[in-house]
Amino acid sequence: MTDLPGYPSRRGFLKASAAGVALSGLAASASAQEAPAPVSLDQYEREYLSADEWAFVMAATARLIPSEGDGPGAIEARVPVFIDRQLASDYGTADDWYMESPHDAAAEPARGWQTPLTPAEVYRQAIPAFDAWCQETHGAAFADLSPEQQDASLTSLQNGDVALANELREFWGLLLSNTKEGYFADPQYGGNQGMQSWVYIGFPGARAAYREWPERHNVKYPLGPVSISGERA
Amino acid sequence: MARQEKKKDVVIVGLGWTGSIAGIELAQEGLDIVALERGHDQSTVPNFEYPQQIDELKYGVRLKMMQKPSQQTVTVRRNDGERALPYRSLGSFLPGNGVGGAGTHWNGLNWRPQEVEMRLRSYVEETFGEQIIPEGMNLADYPVSYDELEPFFTQFEKVAGISGYAGNLNGEIREGGNPFEGWRSEDFPMPPLPTTYDSAKFQEAAKAMGYHPFPASAGIASTSYVNPYGMQMGPCNFCGFCERYGCYQYSKSSPQTAILGALKRMPNFEYRTGSEVLRVELAEDGKTATGVTYWDEAAQEEVFQPADIVILSSYQLNNVHLMLLSGLGEAYNPLTGEGTLGKNYAYQMNGGVSMFFKDAEFNPFVGHGANGMVIDDFSISQNDFGAEGFIGGSYWRSGTFNGQPIRNMPLPKGTPSWGAGWKEGIGEWYGHAMSIGSHGSHMAYANNHLDLDPTYTDRHGRPLMRMTFNWQDNDLKMNQFMKSKMEPLAASMNPDIMQAGFKDIGAQYDVRPYQTTHNTGGHIMAENAQEGAVNRYSQTFKAHNVFAMGAGNFVQNTQYNPTGLVGGLAYHTVHAIRTQYLSNPRPLV
Repeated sequence: MTDLPGYPSRRGFLKASAAGVALSGLAASASAQEAPAPVSLDQYEREYLSADEWAFVMAATARLIPSEGDGPGAIEARVPVFIDRQLASDYGTADDWYMESPHDAAAEPARGWQTPLTPAEVYRQAIPAFDAWCQETHGAAFADLSPEQQDASLTSLQNGDVALANELREFWGLLLSNTKEGYFADPQYGGNQGMQSWVYIGFPGARAAYREWPERHNVKYPLGPVSISGERA
Repeated sequence: MARQEKKKDVVIVGLGWTGSIAGIELAQEGLDIVALERGHDQSTVPNFEYPQQIDELKYGVRLKMMQKPSQQTVTVRRNDGERALPYRSLGSFLPGNGVGGAGTHWNGLNWRPQEVEMRLRSYVEETFGEQIIPEGMNLADYPVSYDELEPFFTQFEKVAGISGYAGNLNGEIREGGNPFEGWRSEDFPMPPLPTTYDSAKFQEAAKAMGYHPFPASAGIASTSYVNPYGMQMGPCNFCGFCERYGCYQYSKSSPQTAILGALKRMPNFEYRTGSEVLRVELAEDGKTATGVTYWDEAAQEEVFQPADIVILSSYQLNNVHLMLLSGLGEAYNPLTGEGTLGKNYAYQMNGGVSMFFKDAEFNPFVGHGANGMVIDDFSISQNDFGAEGFIGGSYWRSGTFNGQPIRNMPLPKGTPSWGAGWKEGIGEWYGHAMSIGSHGSHMAYANNHLDLDPTYTDRHGRPLMRMTFNWQDNDLKMNQFMKSKMEPLAASMNPDIMQAGFKDIGAQYDVRPYQTTHNTGGHIMAENAQEGAVNRYSQTFKAHNVFAMGAGNFVQNTQYNPTGLVGGLAYHTVHAIRTQYLSNPRPLV
């Protein structure tokens, strides 16, 4: 495992998390210049997730986008904050969606979202169900498994090998897509801390002005990203 | 008891492209007009302002400019034997909402149909024989020809502000334009936009194979421009936020940039937002409409709006729904072929090839929705249907647009979808991929249709509309043909990795992945009331003072994006109202 300058190692994070030690400075990236360091993840005041759900989301997103290797992981990007806030928003409560009965949660996936549950309710019911499966299969709740066991458990969830009720079938898709959304969305939503995900792939964020660039062929765009609130990375 | 408003000469239902066209043209006649818009008001400033608009999560992913299914949606089934289930969250298609409608958040790809697409049944019969038309395909001619529509295509292109290069100017084929397009009486109002790296690579490869690349015609300003209504546009800066976004700099063609500013200044035009029309009210004899009843969101009550002329100009699906609910025709029965409403619902058939070049820098965020180079060498007029075994065609395009990373992260097949391998993949490949898209025709079939759902209702207690739709072999064969032609072209570009994404024969309709919002048909044009819901002037056969505009008029979908034909038909219709109907209201055919 390679530790990045400015980032705690993932293993270090897990130890700290288990011990409840403050993780101040965790998310302050090496190159974020203007934004003040946000509150550490263990001091973050959750809007929707319970303590157990938070522990799950922290552990799961840390495997979906791990810290090792180039680029920030989900923890450095503060993806769990993004997910918590999204689930507390009109997205979590499916305000825009047609949720009238009757529901056919067993309909084949190509028929779209057919569970009676909202995204927030899917998380709330699926996390304990998945934890129970992890307990039965690997002997502990997901957050307490080794990284290898966590990866194996997530793979089982992805492959549909975890027998979740039909109403909870969207859980894997939600978890993965919300994690990537939190990684790449504008930082105002709580994730993509310091725009480090954008820096990593070379996306300039909200710059949105490239008048002289269409005909500069095969030349890498040089400027780093800006956010909607005007931060630079 | 419904509140009643003062009578108007014209009531317009929905203030997108066609509602705005009807509004300004009929306001110029001095008529007293009200437009009823279900959604919210929106203008370039403040609603599309920079930088708030440059928000992929809010608009690109959470779809905040779109129709909310909680407000209106459809149910979907793939065949008559399946139970229709609601389209609960948006995926496959994204109807718009609010003033400007889908015209605010489109990509700006503006096309005219090919001449033969307007008389496709006749073309097929004359060229290949009727026997090649598959069982169940409702192949038809439009009751209006390309030549008749040409002045109205030109008019719409001038109003919308389209950039491009004419390939057929009054019959003269011009190098660098589309040699297969219908004749144009004038060149585009603005020259084409500059060409990005991926487009240039595609152009070179296509030329080398003997094809005919040309710049895509774009509802995106390439220069400073003033349209016939005095509306001003400024050149695009390739910000990359078109599809699903409003344009913050007056560059993308929309009702806002092209019409609404001028229309709002006319004293005889009024519009009301938060006003969802529930039904068109018919007179006792059933031969004319008396007006419409709408739900006033602010007052939380029903309102009757009397009017002499009713123009239905909401989104295609919503127009058909409203007509079904109002009895503006009989629902289509696919078994007997009787009835016209809901008939010939059609969609679009797309595919594409992605190519990965380790050492190339594409800067995928530099672009606009209609960016790129195009070929029409596999278009409807170029394909030998008899030899290939399908009816249809596609245009191909390469050009960067929507390079935002949540939605646009092409990775080589085999890259893990999460974990260390995914993270490595996005670092390695973002900015190093390009694609060629095939945008294809979609024919109409007896078993793809729209009617009212027996189970689900909307917030007003009205039945939802039910869509019965699945892919058919003819169009899938067309798509597979494009794959067989596109892969060699892509390979000739020597990518490090390439992969095709085309639907296979037997593919089932999936409501989840975005495909296009080119939903067409359902209140189709026809020569007579037995075959269609409206005549050549989009006038309903049921009630001569009700006109239904938009892509619902399409007898089958063309191979192109629908806006150009929608705009041309709208100008054709308002011209007929101005010159023939107002002086003598009657069935025009």
